[in-house]
Amino acid sequence: MIEMVKAMFEISLYGDRGIRIQLGTTISKKTNERIRNFSALLEKESISGIIEWIPAYTALSIYYDPLLIPYDSLKNRMESLYEKLSLVALPPPIITEIPVYYGEEYGPDLGFVAEHNGLTTDEVIDIHTSSNYLIYMMGFSPGFPYLGGMSKKIATPRLISPRANVPAGAVGIAGAQTGIYSMESPGGWQIIGRTPLKLYHPLRHQPILLRSGDYIRFSSITKTEFEEIEIAVSRGTYQPNVIQHEGE
Amino acid sequence: MEKAMIEVIKPGLATSVQDLGRSGYQQLGMVVAGAMDHFALQVGNILVGNRRNAAGLEVVLMGPKLKFLKDTVIAICGADLSPAVDGTPIQLWKSYSLYAGQTLSFGKPVTGTYAYIAVSGGIQTPEIMGSRSTYVKAKIGGLNGEYLVKGDRLPTGDPIMKSSGRVLPSRLVPDYDKQRNIRVILGPDAKAFTKQGIRTFLTGTYKKSSQTDRMGTRLIGPEITHANEADIISDATFPGAIQVPANGQPIILLADRQPTGGYTRIATVITEDISRAAQIQPGKELTFEAVTLEFAQELYICRERLLKWLSIAGREVHP
Repeated sequence: MIEMVKAMFEISLYGDRGIRIQLGTTISKKTNERIRNFSALLEKESISGIIEWIPAYTALSIYYDPLLIPYDSLKNRMESLYEKLSLVALPPPIITEIPVYYGEEYGPDLGFVAEHNGLTTDEVIDIHTSSNYLIYMMGFSPGFPYLGGMSKKIATPRLISPRANVPAGAVGIAGAQTGIYSMESPGGWQIIGRTPLKLYHPLRHQPILLRSGDYIRFSSITKTEFEEIEIAVSRGTYQPNVIQHEGE
Repeated sequence: MEKAMIEVIKPGLATSVQDLGRSGYQQLGMVVAGAMDHFALQVGNILVGNRRNAAGLEVVLMGPKLKFLKDTVIAICGADLSPAVDGTPIQLWKSYSLYAGQTLSFGKPVTGTYAYIAVSGGIQTPEIMGSRSTYVKAKIGGLNGEYLVKGDRLPTGDPIMKSSGRVLPSRLVPDYDKQRNIRVILGPDAKAFTKQGIRTFLTGTYKKSSQTDRMGTRLIGPEITHANEADIISDATFPGAIQVPANGQPIILLADRQPTGGYTRIATVITEDISRAAQIQPGKELTFEAVTLEFAQELYICRERLLKWLSIAGREVHP
């Protein structure tokens, strides 16, 4: 099994200035750890010609300048880096509580998610609020966490055609993933609720609320609680509940 | 210290401060932003003596009216949106001296979508995370993270050049109406499509939808068929990546694209052609052609050398 995982190392072309290194095929903590380690190695080696890289669930994509590093040398460097891939100690994670008002106008697709999975809307909310979700990566938009750990019981495909506008704070499901929109943007996720927290706030001391490697947990709140928290957030007085993750 | 300034008389459709973008922060989810047409902005900067990545103004289809409060040198590159100084038309891809009090305005869009106003000394709005590029959705860059509004005053650096009249050789000037074949490298998700799907993509004609913005351009044309799913586990998006959602209609991702996305990527536009892909006007048609990595990189390297050569030549042959 370990050998099988280790064998997953595939470099493919991503345009004329990118390569994609695939390190796994499914969303798993193991693959995520390998990607984070690979990312740490890239940071350490600081290879000339590599402009930046984007770690994702199963792959890490590198954007480079072919004037500074030809494709063949880049490929060779990545192969030798892969040989060095070893575990890196990560800081102990925290769990941030994300309050969510589920359904109605804030969660227009809650009914569809329930119907698709043969559940009631209350059951969808119970399932969604009962796990700790690992933040696998940040991306899509500033402060957007890609979360792992959602129950397959509420998995639902993306919308066939994406919406032109999804508001900041919208909580959604896409396939087996769940996430929170950090700012208003187009998107194809099934929207089940909304949080009054701001994941991205450029004028705040810490503009991005969450960090990859940590966890979040959703809690269901009433409309009144939503409005109270929303006011506290806009005044800068709201402190999210944070607890230490106890480990596996 | 008083800086040369530009006053916004009329803001235009969506005029913004842009340089070559905020790279290096995509893993925090930060969007790169930057000019939609890197070539035009860089040439503009070269013509006015700036560094290639200096910030200029990106003008979209309906241009602004700007008053220059100090003497400077400017150049307009990219789309032909009928620029004029005090009502007299000026040429594109050429530097002009402007005197304090003169106004720059735009008229009818002729070809292309994005024009760049390069000002000698560059636009000097605050730098955030290494860039002045405006990204409106995240409210950063430019003046207050917004498109220009009436009454804005833009700080500019001291003019680097005093003289004008520099031009880009006409053989190097792109033609956005004629050059509508966009070259791509297939992948990274080419395997997610049927053979027929790939053939459709490479032989079909696609029209740019009006749903086109700095994030990307939606295309309308023959439906591209997936082998199985249209969704992927969310993964990195690079400039020029062409996503195909379940509806089979491609989307070319551009400057304000999100750093990651969840739709299959059939191909990626080569760097040389990204500017042209962005410039083609909504409603016009384009086609795709697959090329090799070697070919694409050779074009990229030639263009980089050309831009370097133009910067150096400009300094030596001072008019």
